[in-house]
Amino acid sequence: MNDQYILGIETSCDETAAAVVKNGTVIMSNVVASQIESHKRFGGVVPEIASRHHVEQIIFVIEEAMEKANVKFSDLTGIAVTSGPGLVGALLIGVETAKTLAFAHSLPLIPVHHIAGHIYANRLVAEMEFPLVALVVSGGHTELIYMKDHGHFQVIGETRDDAAGEAYDKVARLLDLPYPGGPHIDRLAAKGQVVIDFPRAWLEDESFDFSFSGLKSAVINTVHNAHQRGVQLKPEDVAASFQDSVTEVLVKKTILAAEKFGAKQILLAGGVAANRGLRNRLSKAVEDFKHLQLIIPPLHLCTDNAAMIAAAGSVFYEKGIRADLSLNANPGLSLSRFSTEP
Amino acid sequence: MNVLAIDTSTNVLGVGVVNKEKVIGEYITNIKRNHSTRVLPAIEYLLKDCGLGIKDIHKIVVAHGPGSYTGLRIGLTIGKTLAWTLKIPLTGVSTLHLMAASGRYFEGLISPIIDARRGNIYTGLYKFSNGEWTNVLEDQHISAVEWAKKLNEYNEHVLMIGENAPTFQSVFETTLKDRVNFASVTVHNPRPGELGLIGMDQPEVDVYSFVPNYLRLAEAEAKWREKMGN
Repeated sequence: MNDQYILGIETSCDETAAAVVKNGTVIMSNVVASQIESHKRFGGVVPEIASRHHVEQIIFVIEEAMEKANVKFSDLTGIAVTSGPGLVGALLIGVETAKTLAFAHSLPLIPVHHIAGHIYANRLVAEMEFPLVALVVSGGHTELIYMKDHGHFQVIGETRDDAAGEAYDKVARLLDLPYPGGPHIDRLAAKGQVVIDFPRAWLEDESFDFSFSGLKSAVINTVHNAHQRGVQLKPEDVAASFQDSVTEVLVKKTILAAEKFGAKQILLAGGVAANRGLRNRLSKAVEDFKHLQLIIPPLHLCTDNAAMIAAAGSVFYEKGIRADLSLNANPGLSLSRFSTEP
Repeated sequence: MNVLAIDTSTNVLGVGVVNKEKVIGEYITNIKRNHSTRVLPAIEYLLKDCGLGIKDIHKIVVAHGPGSYTGLRIGLTIGKTLAWTLKIPLTGVSTLHLMAASGRYFEGLISPIIDARRGNIYTGLYKFSNGEWTNVLEDQHISAVEWAKKLNEYNEHVLMIGENAPTFQSVFETTLKDRVNFASVTVHNPRPGELGLIGMDQPEVDVYSFVPNYLRLAEAEAKWREKMGN
């Protein structure tokens, strides 16, 4: 059988990315042009500026991905693109580029859900075994996904307010840490002690949903109160205590979900999967379960990239998922509805 | 040489195929619907109807702004990607020049108008004489009131083109009196054929770095520069 080559394109937020993946598991190239330096001065991603940068970068990035992979368009099996969710203007650049390439070379076009991409980053590390539970944590998402097979996604838990990454960014700002704050909190937390008992939002029994807005408010109030009383809180301790609250809830709910659904694997995905506190805690928790395997992608596959889109696209291609030239960017695309299985 | 022309700068979606001898085909709509879902299907449909394949296209011409930011990016992204992957030249033409082109037989000055909101417009001043286009005043983002004053310095008739032009009718008539003329609705939609013809002999641009001519900074960028004292 011929090898399958998928070109992946991802522009849902502030990274312009293209990659070529062979047979859904082998990275031939993985090129990411980050805009983080440009958005830093605004303290967050500005959608219009992100869209402008994508237009500047997109051809460079795709050319580099094709050259590094040493493939021609005639070698490709299909083109996979993130069609949502994300910033609509940013998504559009990738979607229009992918459609144009598919049209020019008469190639199949495969729409990919951004979160499905994050989950499939794991398949670039180890083969997936079903059923499994994936914990997706990033600046925009905090979700627990149950998968009984390839292409099947059931959202069993999600945040009811802020995403975990959002809470990280807000606490980082409170502590005067530079944007993006997540990595800085993680670094500080490693040096601090858990001395403040911040709340944990467990919600209803059996619920796999999350909530971080109460925690965020508690951190803000604690820091402000201390400031007013002239008490000096060590930022390291605030970071450690905050991170302890976030990771405890994330890890406990993930383990509970894995038990309930009889999962063989737990996958960690999304930008916050780069967080050492979370990685360590989850690794430790899984040690107690003999038949439960934990997969964590390397850092560069946790943040937004196109190899993960190509990896997911590879599976969707086999499932017969196709889009035509009228494919639109869908900023609110739902993962459950994207599922190829009921 | 067949040129594929793409214009998605405003609500008007225009796609055309032209060569030196004739405009082979044009697809134009003026409706408020997503360009993103419709441009590539329009290109596919037009080429097929004209009995052409994408490999029969030798150059891409895109209207590069000003106009709707998202609209411009859609047309440019498609144009850049096609030119790059088919290894053919790409060029950009001012959207305002394109709009003015429909008024080429007007004896006087031509001012294409795109509404930029809050009393502002995107416009420029163009003139066609002796078979040549002249850009009298460069494309700019300006208040309609200021623009009327500038136009008043020329002792010539002015033709306003563009479906947003009537929005500013009273502003222009107050200053320019009977020297201002408004094009009819049949002239407002830019012609992709004109776009292809204007761009046909223009030098090619670098496909990698080619970006829209937004004429305005992103709002956040403008505020940031102000804060930095720029």
